[in-house]
Amino acid sequence: MKYFLQLVLAGLTKGSIYALIALGYTMVYGIIKLINFAHGEIYMIGAFTALIIGGVLQITTGLPPVTILFISLAAAIFFSAGYGVTMENIAYKPLRKAPRLTALISAIGMSLVLQNYVLLAQTSDFLPFRSMIPNFSFLIPGKSLVTTTQLVIMITTVVVMIFLTILIKFTRMGKAMRATSQDKVMAQLVGIDINKVITFTFAIGSATAAIGGVLIANHMGQINFYIGFLAGIKAFVAAVLGGIGSIPGAVLGSFVLGMAESFGAGYISSAYEDAFAFVILIIILIIKPSGLMGRNEIEKV
Amino acid sequence: MLKVDNIHTYYGNIQALKGISLEVNKGEIICLIGANGAGKSTTLMSISGIEPPRSGTVILEGIDITGMPPHKIVTMGMSQVPEGRRIFPQLTVLENLDMGAYLRTDKEEMKRDLEYVFELFPILSQRRHQIGGTLSGGEQQMLAISRALMAKPRILLLDEPSLGLAPLIVQQIFGIIVRINKEQGTTIFLVEQNANMALKIADRGYVLQNGIIVKTDTSSALMADEEVKNAYLGV
Ligand SMILES: Nc1ncnc2c1ncn2[C@@H]1O[C@H](COP(=O)(O)OP(=O)(O)OP(=O)(O)O)[C@@H](O)[C@H]1O
Ligand SMILES: [Mg+2]
Repeated sequence: MKYFLQLVLAGLTKGSIYALIALGYTMVYGIIKLINFAHGEIYMIGAFTALIIGGVLQITTGLPPVTILFISLAAAIFFSAGYGVTMENIAYKPLRKAPRLTALISAIGMSLVLQNYVLLAQTSDFLPFRSMIPNFSFLIPGKSLVTTTQLVIMITTVVVMIFLTILIKFTRMGKAMRATSQDKVMAQLVGIDINKVITFTFAIGSATAAIGGVLIANHMGQINFYIGFLAGIKAFVAAVLGGIGSIPGAVLGSFVLGMAESFGAGYISSAYEDAFAFVILIIILIIKPSGLMGRNEIEKV
Repeated sequence: MLKVDNIHTYYGNIQALKGISLEVNKGEIICLIGANGAGKSTTLMSISGIEPPRSGTVILEGIDITGMPPHKIVTMGMSQVPEGRRIFPQLTVLENLDMGAYLRTDKEEMKRDLEYVFELFPILSQRRHQIGGTLSGGEQQMLAISRALMAKPRILLLDEPSLGLAPLIVQQIFGIIVRINKEQGTTIFLVEQNANMALKIADRGYVLQNGIIVKTDTSSALMADEEVKNAYLGV
């Protein structure tokens, strides 16, 4: 029983991280129908920003770890959003009217550029990341089922989800995002500046990925330039699984994937952990090609 | 009010508009008629800034709006009801109307305008919480017009509002268009294949053929014109 619960918790933790990344994939896809291949790199850059800023603060100041955590998280969000928006501006915006494949290739190029940029600036080695998440005193290491970091990851993800839901349902920018994703031409005809909406979408998607990056770095204790690649692909799988373009779908897909990986590794074989994602993807797409929550457009003409 | 001067618009290498000039005066109802593929929708999209012309100018109330982004043009008092209505399919009727008023902040006035469109189309009021994509074609057209009105335009562009609708509904909608023109003083630029209906309510008309204006006159003169009769009025 304990083992089972541990697997559930591990699955939820993984799912949370995937969800934080998958949100960016699905939102960008919803707005401009682009699979932003470089999105995993934004997550990786978030982790590195926290590593650098957090490291500097740990050495130069006597600030408590929690304070350093918040400062480095804020920095990671800020830098990742900056990278995301800049990437959109230089690599995707000029291709707005080009065929979709062109933009996709540009995205793959962007991914390689960012990976190699971090590889050159850092090294290919895994760098140790000292966790800045202090232990909750009510959790006893080794005795409690869940670790503090796991709990923080799950709570943060829930908070981000609530925040995003409010943003999209009730704010003016959220409404503009929904309108733009449903009909870009019409959105412009009612007065929406869709370039602003697109920029905002990249900023928000990058910010949530950065949060994921910082959390995973704290959880894993080490990072390198390549962590965004596999995480990015998995999150992409989760987004497709849930129905790409759908926000609740991305969240659901992420948790399904996280659970499947956790149980697959726990009960079948951990050697194949990374393969489970794709097995699940294939099975679900055979049963429901539009993904778990993808809709077959209700559109009457 | 609106002056289009010698605009040329392309889709890639394909030229859709080959030097179109027309003028719409304040308070008028003007129609543009033409067959499939003549370039009617392209003309409206060029004016609205979605497909900016490669050359020529579009002047709105004395201001050159050529090449301005579409959302800026909306702020200058021009709205379009595009071909096929383009209702936001997953938004409710109310949310669609709310999107029409996207740029406005005058809450009180907006409320009054909402009342007004519900008065024009009472059925929309009954369906206010229905998802846009599930409305009937006629209801969608009503919603599309109402959404455009929610922007409080001084000039309204309409692209084939009669498309695919039963004659009775078309009658009703054209009646409302005239009412909007009379009651709100909104200038109307109407694009139609249904030349009969359009010329009946318009003051003047333009005839478009293969991206060129081939004729312009008062509606009554166009209705009496042999060529127009043969090509567009089906008599
Ligand atoms: N997005 C596009 N890409 C390429 N060509 C286009 C595009 N839209 C329109 N065209 C072409 O431009 C020309 C004018 O089209 P337009 O839609 O303006 O005609 P229309 O008069 O509105 O026709 P309809 O009555 O069928 O709506 C046509 O030859 C059409 O094939
Ligand atoms: Mg047309």
